[in-house]
Amino acid sequence: MAHQRRSRRPGEQSPALERRRFLGYLLAAPTLAVAARLGGDLAAPAPASAAIPSLPGPADIIDLGDALTLAAAPTSGLIAIQLNRDGSVSFAVPRAEVGQGITTTIAMLIAEELDLPLSKVGVNLADARPELVFNQLTGGSNSVRSLFHPVRTAAAVARARLLVTAAEQWKVDPATLTMSEGVIRSRSGHTASYGSLAEAAASPRTEEVSATLKDPSEFTLIGRPTTRIDALDAVTGRKQFTLDLQVPNALPTMICRPPTINGTVRSVANLAEVTAMPGVTDVVTVSSGVAVRAATFGQCIDAVRALRVDWGPGTVDGETDASVEEKLRAATLPLAVPPVLTQSIDAEFVFAFASNSALETNCAIADVRPDGAEIWSGLKSPIVAQEQIAAMLGLPIPAVKVHVVTGGGSFGRKLFSDAALEAAEVSKAMGKPVKLMWHRADDSRHGRTHPMSISRIRANYALGNVVSYEQRHTSVTTDFGHGLGEILTAVAAKLPVGDVGFSQTVFLLSQSMPYNFGATTQLLNEVPLKFHTASMRNVYSPNVVCARELVIDQLAAKMGQDPLTFRRGFLKEDRFRAVLDKAAEVGEWGRELPDGMAQGIAFHWEYKSASAVLMEIDCRPETVNRKIRDAVAGPRVTRAVAVVDAGLPINPRGLEAQTIGCVNDGIALALTSSLHIDNGLPLEASWDNYFYTRQWNTPPELEVVVMPATTGEPGGAGELAVASSFAAAACAYGRAVGQMPTRFPINHGTLSFEPKPKVPPVPESPVDGLAYTF
Amino acid sequence: MSQHTFTVNGKQVTVDTDDKVRLLWVLRDLLGITGPKYGCGINVCKACTSHINGKAFNPCSVPVSAIGPDDEITTIEGIADPATGALHPMQEAWLEQDVAQCGYCQPGQIMAAIAKVKQARSEGREISDADFDEIRNICRCGTYSRIRDAVRTAAAKM
Repeated sequence: MAHQRRSRRPGEQSPALERRRFLGYLLAAPTLAVAARLGGDLAAPAPASAAIPSLPGPADIIDLGDALTLAAAPTSGLIAIQLNRDGSVSFAVPRAEVGQGITTTIAMLIAEELDLPLSKVGVNLADARPELVFNQLTGGSNSVRSLFHPVRTAAAVARARLLVTAAEQWKVDPATLTMSEGVIRSRSGHTASYGSLAEAAASPRTEEVSATLKDPSEFTLIGRPTTRIDALDAVTGRKQFTLDLQVPNALPTMICRPPTINGTVRSVANLAEVTAMPGVTDVVTVSSGVAVRAATFGQCIDAVRALRVDWGPGTVDGETDASVEEKLRAATLPLAVPPVLTQSIDAEFVFAFASNSALETNCAIADVRPDGAEIWSGLKSPIVAQEQIAAMLGLPIPAVKVHVVTGGGSFGRKLFSDAALEAAEVSKAMGKPVKLMWHRADDSRHGRTHPMSISRIRANYALGNVVSYEQRHTSVTTDFGHGLGEILTAVAAKLPVGDVGFSQTVFLLSQSMPYNFGATTQLLNEVPLKFHTASMRNVYSPNVVCARELVIDQLAAKMGQDPLTFRRGFLKEDRFRAVLDKAAEVGEWGRELPDGMAQGIAFHWEYKSASAVLMEIDCRPETVNRKIRDAVAGPRVTRAVAVVDAGLPINPRGLEAQTIGCVNDGIALALTSSLHIDNGLPLEASWDNYFYTRQWNTPPELEVVVMPATTGEPGGAGELAVASSFAAAACAYGRAVGQMPTRFPINHGTLSFEPKPKVPPVPESPVDGLAYTF
Repeated sequence: MSQHTFTVNGKQVTVDTDDKVRLLWVLRDLLGITGPKYGCGINVCKACTSHINGKAFNPCSVPVSAIGPDDEITTIEGIADPATGALHPMQEAWLEQDVAQCGYCQPGQIMAAIAKVKQARSEGREISDADFDEIRNICRCGTYSRIRDAVRTAAAKM
């Protein structure tokens, strides 16, 4: 085993004080190629210090991100960086880019460690690589946490190798060389670009080496607000998504879907007639409905609408919002601590079904041949997709090539590969390549949902302390069948949660209690109903934390304290208080507002990151009753301040962007966005039915504060502020109207749109578009 | 099938398709112009927003037969300066504010924003919060505040 040590930088400490070293690899390749594996740190947080301490919960000891990082450890040595002859660097990240900015963050890590301009770093998305086993799942806000050390280690190996190569050529001590902007310089005036050394630095064999990472004090790029590397492509229309790819003969294809979830085709009355429609090439029955392939998607829509299908029943045909709620309530686990010699708050909250539908609907391209298949789609679990498609087609796994395409949003939706599986099935049935797209109506009605849940809380308090806090969360089963279950099984022995199922494991690993509320238990129970479910951004936390923070406002009121003061007193760590205080300061907590307006403040801790959000809401009639066509105006959050401590913010500009998104997600969950289940199908079929935050709902004043580095390690951040934003909006609303809301979103009881028909499944495209020009 | 001739991004094109095929599919599926995105097909999400004769419209809801030989269609691909390749001030502002997240809705957002600024100008005023509240383009990543900042930045340079 060869050992390489980077030349010491100016001002660097002596070897005795040298920083931690990481193991990496030089790979046998024509130009310099390096790789690294993971070394995960599992540090417990500082013990609680105030009020009646709650024992650390499982998520305090090891959280979901740690579990994913742990699972990734044995295989991530296969993550490789290549130096090209032109001086650029290539890295295929085994993660999905769905808008969260992962490619930019990873490019920054490489550029930082290699002293290379960011523009020289190319990051694309790796195809499905089954040998990575557990290391190709994008989720749990874990990408940066799990790749931070491996990517930097590989880059550091490359850096050291380049220095040694230059030093040998110039017959000087590598310690005398300097590197910057992709060029190595010697004191005597030699210069060499990295590209000119790419071949000379290449290793003839693969060997393990050690490398020392840059000290944080030397960072020039990490921590600097940086514009996304794909920004130019995005604003010029050059950024390519799955449906923009030109795959030969992959014609537009859509599915005619049933009027209830999982309904099946009994028969088609007019197959020949529809097959003869203009542009249509194929019509075949598949497991999810009737597939049509045509010259344009417009002709697919016409064909789908023309099909006369006799549908068999689905799996939840009798279910409505009320029947699901009844089942959840019946399944709620009992609260255990009786209110003896204490006062008590009991509260129950109901959270409606919500959609994780992205703006890019489910879509995939598939070209299935007798001896192999090629798939293109936005996939966060591409290895699972590859395995499932291979099994479905009866092909060996290596015969199925799965390309991960940049996704137009995910929010949990792309954890599953529904469109890729469906496209493969249709391509096989038709014997032709297909470009499959779900209609918006289908994406909303048949796409996966974050299911309804009920959260029940009992908090007992006495003598100025909260002595116990129990939360029983009951949800329709969330499907984690996208590979997370397998990952958690593989590391089960190392998890502090005992013998519980996957969902309970995820729940326990993600739900920590940041307040000292004495004896604390938080449990999940699930009701298995055959809806299409999946995680939605921040998974359980938005509902769990919203309920908790509303109860905290109640506790504060009962105990005669201001909501901010109360939270400060019970938060476990100074790091938490710093975030809360910053939100209060920037948001001017306690300032005078007119009647009908109020502030709310909330806190959330997850992914080893903390966030606090302060919102001001306007519930005055003139605001609530604004007239906007086909929309919910409703109460408006007029001002939001979101503070984020993500440990080590690598790209504060990206972190700010993610937090802006979280704020708007939280507002939607609190005020406007939900699915109404009606006889086995959501009624929502359009963005004018499912009321995600729009310009008329978004806060005119929105400020994100990214806290300076606190830990030196990046925490998760992509989903962090959804829960705190939801809770802040709910708390503000409760204070503005003088009553704690208990059903979410607050407008769910009123159906604010005319539902589209269930048959045919998709609406006709209008023809009056020119009447709306501006 | 019949022939339809019009101008897209400064070039005359002729396509042979059914009269009722909506322009979005003519652009995307037949001409390979993929900047305008599909998000709903019913003139709701506005991801396909483009310009017809300088005004914002949604090609998902216009049959190709409604487009005449004198009509000039502009998509996101056509708003940079054709001579110099210089980006439109709205695109520059988008980069300056790092607006895009997933980027899927962004071509439509930019095209709507340009039209909205021009509309306000033609009414003799600058774009305001009330104008922003009228923009119906959905962004599921929720980057609305940066859109507002970018439009203000660009309006000052348009």
